[in-house]
Amino acid sequence: MKDNSKVHSVLFAGVGGQGIIRASDIMCMVMMEAGFDVKKSEVHGMAQRGGCVNSDVRYGRKVYSPLAEAGSGEILVSFEKMEALRYLKFISEKASVIVNTEEIYPPAVNIGDASYPADVVGFLKKNYPRVVAFDAAEIAKKAGNVKAANVVLLGAVSNLLNVDKVIWESVIKKSFPQKLIKLNLDAFQMGIAA
Amino acid sequence: MKKVFMSGNEAIARGVYEAGVRFAAAYPGTPSTEIMEEFAKYDGVYAEWAPNEKVAVEVAIGAALGGAKALAVMKHVGVNVAADPIFTVSYTGIEGALVIISADDPSMHSSQNEQDNRNYAKFAKIPMIEPADPQEAKDFIKLAFEISEQFDTPVFFRTTTRVAHSKSVVTLKDPQGPQEKTGLVHHAEKYVMVPINARIRRVEVEKRQEALKKFVENFPENKMEINNPEVGIITAGMPYNYAKEVFPDFSYLKLGMVYPLPVKLIHEFASKVKKIYVIEELDPYLEEQIKAMGIEVTGKDIFPYTNEFDPGIVKKAINADRHGAVSPYQESLAQRPPNLCPGCPHRGLFYALKKSKAYVHGDIGCYTLSYLKPLEGLHSCICMGASIGMAHGMSKALKEKGKGKVVGVIGDSTFLHSGITSLLNMAYNNSDALIIILDNSTTAMTGMQEHPGTGYTLMGKEAKKVNLNVLISALGIENIRVINPYNIKETQIAIKDELANSGPSVIISQSPCVLFKRANLKPVGALKIDPDKCEGCKTCLTLNCPPIAWKAGVTKEGSKRKGIAVIDETLCNGCGLCAQICKFGAIS
Repeated sequence: MKDNSKVHSVLFAGVGGQGIIRASDIMCMVMMEAGFDVKKSEVHGMAQRGGCVNSDVRYGRKVYSPLAEAGSGEILVSFEKMEALRYLKFISEKASVIVNTEEIYPPAVNIGDASYPADVVGFLKKNYPRVVAFDAAEIAKKAGNVKAANVVLLGAVSNLLNVDKVIWESVIKKSFPQKLIKLNLDAFQMGIAA
Repeated sequence: MKKVFMSGNEAIARGVYEAGVRFAAAYPGTPSTEIMEEFAKYDGVYAEWAPNEKVAVEVAIGAALGGAKALAVMKHVGVNVAADPIFTVSYTGIEGALVIISADDPSMHSSQNEQDNRNYAKFAKIPMIEPADPQEAKDFIKLAFEISEQFDTPVFFRTTTRVAHSKSVVTLKDPQGPQEKTGLVHHAEKYVMVPINARIRRVEVEKRQEALKKFVENFPENKMEINNPEVGIITAGMPYNYAKEVFPDFSYLKLGMVYPLPVKLIHEFASKVKKIYVIEELDPYLEEQIKAMGIEVTGKDIFPYTNEFDPGIVKKAINADRHGAVSPYQESLAQRPPNLCPGCPHRGLFYALKKSKAYVHGDIGCYTLSYLKPLEGLHSCICMGASIGMAHGMSKALKEKGKGKVVGVIGDSTFLHSGITSLLNMAYNNSDALIIILDNSTTAMTGMQEHPGTGYTLMGKEAKKVNLNVLISALGIENIRVINPYNIKETQIAIKDELANSGPSVIISQSPCVLFKRANLKPVGALKIDPDKCEGCKTCLTLNCPPIAWKAGVTKEGSKRKGIAVIDETLCNGCGLCAQICKFGAIS
């Protein structure tokens, strides 16, 4: 990821309500402060009602498209375990995958019409060179609030990018109200260590 | 110059403000809604939610006839609702300026169709500007107002979901102050569109068309980039970015104005490149016009008619031998469709309604989500306000066969948008259908916008709140009943009684949206399922409430049960519906 001449793609994915849009916004601000041109895509409306949510973050010297070409994503950050499987078409076979191992059942699984896929992490490890899997919700609870799971995941993302952690921390400080800053900085550090 | 990271919609609002525009009207609709929400935050503006898009356009026309620079905002299908005034304001022109934003939704992320509203520009003879990203969205909206003033014409400004809801770095400029040119200008032969005047204005429209055709030839945002002369791309809007990403070395003609087209410029471009592709989402709108200029191009022969594009789609269409990306995971994956929220008041209503076995005509809003299994709450849904007219028409056509079996459901915001006249029709023509108004006191689907039934305006001021009971009664409906949808028994009885009634009936299912902060709903605490009492009958699962899940394999001695239902305490807000339908008293 140190080649500054090309456009890089990071794909955030998960379930509506997990703070995916906020996390991808923070990452964009970080890349902007690090001197890159940045574009991102997101979908509003129907997706907010517990449906799938995804967001492409693209950065480089000059970025045209807010959407990445399928098969080109370099990092997939999945906020829910099975959702990682839904987006593999969009990432490269050399991609890194960060996956929150939390399970959120879709309605068909809830009512017993479909099963939740088994051994998602094993499948990812077999197919991708670098897989970072942990329960971000559990870690966020330790940091003080389950809702900070998105910032925990950003900590793991920051390990894969060549951007000074000081920039990350300064953007996180600007992104939350005063009383939530310490909690989110802790969550970010716990994500780096995860 | 301050650089900020903003969405296309935020950038439009900023551009409108920078252009000195202080007046806007709209009805919310994805992907346009945030434009007004952002615009309303700027100092010194007037911004209002109108009950529907037609009213919004008429309000903006009135302001523009008074000399204001006015904006009307809507999603693509909203332009259908507003088409009547739009087609004739094209004849009259305005005194100030008028820009109409159409936010199109290729791929139907949040819409019932993916109509290509560039066709409206040609149809109504109104110039149309189309930006490709947030920076252009901000800059081009100013040009739209300038063109409106210069040519005495309404101007369309078209975005798509990817422009509206993508974010990028935008350079801000200092806003111009409002130029106060408002006042009463009487010019009746220009604005009274009786045939004698309209025939004269009709000719003026063609003169304006000629002037605009000359203007577009030098419009600075129609940009030619000559690189590799072997291949030329003609495109506009977001698809430019997709093409530029995968084919940076081709030559480009990027159109910032998609109506009227710059004929000379297109011929010039064609003379400089060998092979031309027209890259556009949805209709072959540019392609057909360019072919009519006698220029050979490749377009919909290789590019899809449906859905939005991305860089991969563009690359694959041009390099036909290239294979698309494939996922290594080939098993089927359970879908994750959007669902009604935990504790949503619509859930109880649809659970009760399903028991009636009626044919339910649906409408546009959160409640459309009840269509999916297991609630299966709707049997039709066409457009805003259609449920009432369709229920009435079906009931009339079926006569005795439809008695007690035809229902229309419609939300409060949608009812006020375009349901009032069709309910008036039901009273007037003595319908036998039952209409249920799902009154959650907000426009929930698009994110809690105010409307005439909420008691507040877009700008946060207290407002007159329509009394639905009085309104419906004034339309001539005699059977009106208000129910609490969280009480399933009461709801079932009300539906059964009103279906049995002769003549039109209305049930108002009244309870605020669970996400609605002003309603100040007190959380009553999550419910629990007693694993000893649960018999595994799965009745509670038929509510399709997100916190309730099936846990297989939890058996019990002396019982045939194969598992139990469990409630995720972090999601449950204790609405109590599941407890009401549990036959074993296992939920409390």
